[in-house]
Amino acid sequence: MTTPSLRLRAGLVSIALLAAFLGIWHLATRSTAPVATMSPEYAKLMGLTATQGKSAMPGPLDVGAKLWEHLKRPFYDNGPNDKGLGIQLGYSIARVGLGYLLAVLVAIPLGFLIGMSPLLSKALDPFIQVLKPISPLAWMPLALYTIKDSSISAIFVIFICSIWPMLLNTVFGVASVRKEWINVARTLEVGTLRRAFTVILPAAAPTILTGMRISIGIAWLVIVAAEMLVGGTGIGYFVWNEWNNLSITNVIIAILLIGIVGMLLDQILARFTRMVTFPE
Amino acid sequence: MSIFDNPFDPDRKLRAGCACGQHQSAAEHEQATALHCEPVESEEKRYEGVVASAVMRAMFPQDVARRAFLKSVGASTALAALSQFFPIKTATEVFAQTGTPEKKDLKVGFIPITCATPIIMAAPMGFYAKHGLNVEVVKTAGWAVIRDKTINKEYDAAHMLAPMPLAISLGLGANAIPFAVPAIENINGQGIVLANKHKDKRDPKDWKGLKFAIPFDYSMHNYLLRYYLAEHGIDPDTDVQLRSVPPPEMVANLRADNIDGFLAPDNICQRAIYDGVGFMHLLSKEIWDGHPCCSFAASREFITTAPNSFAALTRAIVDATAYASKAENRKQIAEAIAPANYINAPVTVLEQVLTGTYADGLGGVKTDAKRVDFDPFPWQSFAVWMLTQMKRWGQIKGDVDYKAVAEQVYLATDTKKLMTEMGLSPPASAYKSFTVMGKNFDPAKPEDYVASFKIRKAS
Repeated sequence: MTTPSLRLRAGLVSIALLAAFLGIWHLATRSTAPVATMSPEYAKLMGLTATQGKSAMPGPLDVGAKLWEHLKRPFYDNGPNDKGLGIQLGYSIARVGLGYLLAVLVAIPLGFLIGMSPLLSKALDPFIQVLKPISPLAWMPLALYTIKDSSISAIFVIFICSIWPMLLNTVFGVASVRKEWINVARTLEVGTLRRAFTVILPAAAPTILTGMRISIGIAWLVIVAAEMLVGGTGIGYFVWNEWNNLSITNVIIAILLIGIVGMLLDQILARFTRMVTFPE
Repeated sequence: MSIFDNPFDPDRKLRAGCACGQHQSAAEHEQATALHCEPVESEEKRYEGVVASAVMRAMFPQDVARRAFLKSVGASTALAALSQFFPIKTATEVFAQTGTPEKKDLKVGFIPITCATPIIMAAPMGFYAKHGLNVEVVKTAGWAVIRDKTINKEYDAAHMLAPMPLAISLGLGANAIPFAVPAIENINGQGIVLANKHKDKRDPKDWKGLKFAIPFDYSMHNYLLRYYLAEHGIDPDTDVQLRSVPPPEMVANLRADNIDGFLAPDNICQRAIYDGVGFMHLLSKEIWDGHPCCSFAASREFITTAPNSFAALTRAIVDATAYASKAENRKQIAEAIAPANYINAPVTVLEQVLTGTYADGLGGVKTDAKRVDFDPFPWQSFAVWMLTQMKRWGQIKGDVDYKAVAEQVYLATDTKKLMTEMGLSPPASAYKSFTVMGKNFDPAKPEDYVASFKIRKAS
């Protein structure tokens, strides 16, 4: 008998782990017997946690049932404050896309410029290092105050948070193109512009795309926080709204979906990275 | 031909010249008759004439046909006949009240708590539509955000804590921007909830060292909790910890044993009980029966640029508030505002808050029909009281012209006028004295009131 492939074995272990996790989750959140004797009139006014000792944490079955409910009609629209999960995710993805695109448009040309000039690189480095670690929530009040529009503020926050990894990676990628290649180009009397596009860009592309991949991850992290704060639409708003309702079930569903969408976004950029990477 | 001339006059000339025939043109005739200086008829009568004319013209677009009709029956009979099948009286009232709104599509922000009941229910129950407006009510993440979005003009008007428009107008915690309150959203409707483990600590004198949550610094919640603690000899600044916490986090923090209690707006109090994590220590109405809680607010700028929209909005809110004040409507309201689009809370919880028959968290069912109540009149003495508390706790430094600020922000006169027009009976004065925990408050002597408290921040 041949041993099954590594892929298959890994898959089996993954499934076993998931099953174990769900099993423990289910057992941990089962409801116990009634906590205390209470009059039926009183019990009618109380929630399940109080009457049946049900854990405040929902079990996997509750989450599954609720998730199915959401998936059945992802695009309903019950007015300004209640929309289906599909619509909410759509709003978030659109915001992330816009903010991220703006960041790409600024970060890559700027990074290219800085990378090609050691002087600029050294001069701007302290600013970038200070701006890079600032949390999206710290930018938010400032954005709301100066831009005076909450949806543009959310896009601005994505822009400002996703620009730095891209910028730094572009600078790094451009600055570390092998000296020999540039020297070869020089001896062949290739002009600066042509050198940038035919030699440096292809050589730095994998690093630039790695930066873009980190940035999209950050942009997706930021959107939830930003939408929680400004409200209105988006998956972050959904989490906040359900948190308001203390519905942990819906919060867990949102977390799951945020994770899945984040993974998909990352995979798309990973594919692009593979396309531009070449063996040396 | 003016649209305001009298179509009931069968002798009115049809073509050139004036109505009486003595002048060359209608303009000349008007000039001459204007000199007669007739006594001005009442506004209502004038409007009635305009409405009746419009109806008459709509019925008989042809002048000749109208004349024939009038000649055969007489003007007064015609008018009487007309009123039979067309409610001229009502139409006149509507015409007299509502100038056309400058802006019909409005955005009003709210925080998902039962205090916002009139603002929210006015949307699903059609009160905005009734007053000719298309209002979108937008749920907002927190008080600071609602303040910023209203200042940014993303919202035309908003649900605010009653002291917030005073604070914004004074520039406390924000740029000073003149705001105004045409209506109080709700009175009472808050409570002090303690964690279950404090069941035997019902005397506030034992509360030293506890941690309490309040929703916002410029809130009745903050002032009432501080007042209550201070009356029991606890200095809220040194003996206990007060934290600003968003309401849903209050319940979670109480469950996690991170705070010992809170003074929160309802449905949050009831939610903590519903989830079995706390009990109702007392309703805020036991501190001050009839205290204001939240307000309906708009910037002065919106009021001056769109006065008719603002008036229609206020009318819708006052109308909704009047509806909500009736106990028999409360169950229906609870159902209307419970969906995810509005408050997003279990109907049972909202019903307990609004009907006042509620589980107290200790195993008993209590009834208090006035647990939350609705009375839109913006008493200026309420504003003065809030200013005294801002002064007492050091939020305002220096001298305050209590009366001037109160009258600038709380629009009692305008609301009185609107309420009278709507057939409601507003009080004659905008000041009344009331008692808070047995202590009388005289709005005419705010400075003495502030000075009378033993526990307050040294200023």
